[in-house]
Amino acid sequence: MFKPKNYLALGAVVFVAVLLLSLPTRATARLKLAVGSWFLPLFGLAGAAQQLPADLADSVLPRRELLKEIDDLRRENQQLKEQHIQSAAIARENDQLRTLLDWQRQVPWRLKLANVVMRDPANWWRTIQIDLGSRDGIETNQPVLTAEGLVGRVSAVSYVSSQVSLIGDPNCRVSALVENATHDMGVLSAGGPLDSSLVQLSYLASSANLKPGQNVFTSGLGGVFPKGIPIGKIVDAESIEYGLATEANVKLNANLGALEQVWVLFK
Amino acid sequence: MNFFKPVLILSFAFLAVFGEATLSGPRHWLGAQIDLLPAVMVYAALKADIVTVSLLSVLGGLGFDSFSANPLGVSILPLFVAGFPIHVRRDLILRDLPFAQIVLGAAVSALVSALTLLLLLNGGKQPLIGWGSLWQWIVMTAGGAAATPLIFALFEWCGRVLGYRPHSEIGFRPDREIRHRKILK
Repeated sequence: MFKPKNYLALGAVVFVAVLLLSLPTRATARLKLAVGSWFLPLFGLAGAAQQLPADLADSVLPRRELLKEIDDLRRENQQLKEQHIQSAAIARENDQLRTLLDWQRQVPWRLKLANVVMRDPANWWRTIQIDLGSRDGIETNQPVLTAEGLVGRVSAVSYVSSQVSLIGDPNCRVSALVENATHDMGVLSAGGPLDSSLVQLSYLASSANLKPGQNVFTSGLGGVFPKGIPIGKIVDAESIEYGLATEANVKLNANLGALEQVWVLFK
Repeated sequence: MNFFKPVLILSFAFLAVFGEATLSGPRHWLGAQIDLLPAVMVYAALKADIVTVSLLSVLGGLGFDSFSANPLGVSILPLFVAGFPIHVRRDLILRDLPFAQIVLGAAVSALVSALTLLLLLNGGKQPLIGWGSLWQWIVMTAGGAAATPLIFALFEWCGRVLGYRPHSEIGFRPDREIRHRKILK
């Protein structure tokens, strides 16, 4: 039962585990990337497999439906063009006013589309992997969003892919601002392990005037997320710490459970 | 030495980790992702040698951690700690009974996730834990229990289809063949 071979294996595995856990963070990150690259051939296979049903569906879609879709897209495109012209005029006016007041000019956002290729297999983290890496200019702490709102931030970067910590993950805290008369500010922290659409807004002042349905945006504090990215809506709020502070639940605009494509924001 | 079984086990572990990271069906329907590595570990501990058990712990754990926000190497020890005692006592376990496989699968799945969380908390990390984690733990345990007999059946089938067949002795021996020609003369 207690063969020397068994003890040897036990010692070897414990040694490897302890060695890996005691490595410096930088070395661990490099090793993680190297191990992740074993799975690179499967990335392509998975992508092709995911694309196949969509291609099949496209090939059997009736012509009438396609024409209707083109028509809808044309109409939407027209509306967006009009909105773009309006917002360009507003941006120009904003720039002129900022120049008059001697304020710093706002830098327009640059976005890059990324596909979500993987999710964290562990249930106690909320991260995803995207198909953009350092070869695409991605760096850590870049904000990640969808058309609905903020999703998270880039937490680790490899050559071909990056890890994104989603809002609600313990490693992604966001300074947030509530759209109300008092502009209450707090920090979005981890939510519950089951419901990824709800997160907690903590460190709010005891006098915070929160009502369900109020919008929550990024405050711009902290240096990671620019100001004004929509995050979600207040669901409920309660007084905590014997009335010294307020905590609120926020329903996220973006559906973190069904992310397929996200935008990485370049400052 | 026959490398077929270790290669099969490690390949399956490789695919299982990739599948867990890409397929989010269980997460949508049950609220938790099911980890197949503990179930593979039960098979390896009962049917393979200690080198395979060690390799599965190291490579499976590394693969799992590379996709996760876990510190690299944190999943190695829980897998090995769960698989080692089973391997050492494997002669006392009725390994071919599905009931024994289910019980072992449940125990190992529960132990591996609990030990990983313990290691994370001990290392100063702050994983996402709450009352909902209890449900996730139950789902992972039940998922591991259900997956274990299936994995046994799959490996047995793969062994039959892809592995070498045992050489069977037949009664016919050419040296004992009656030479009809001589008799006819």
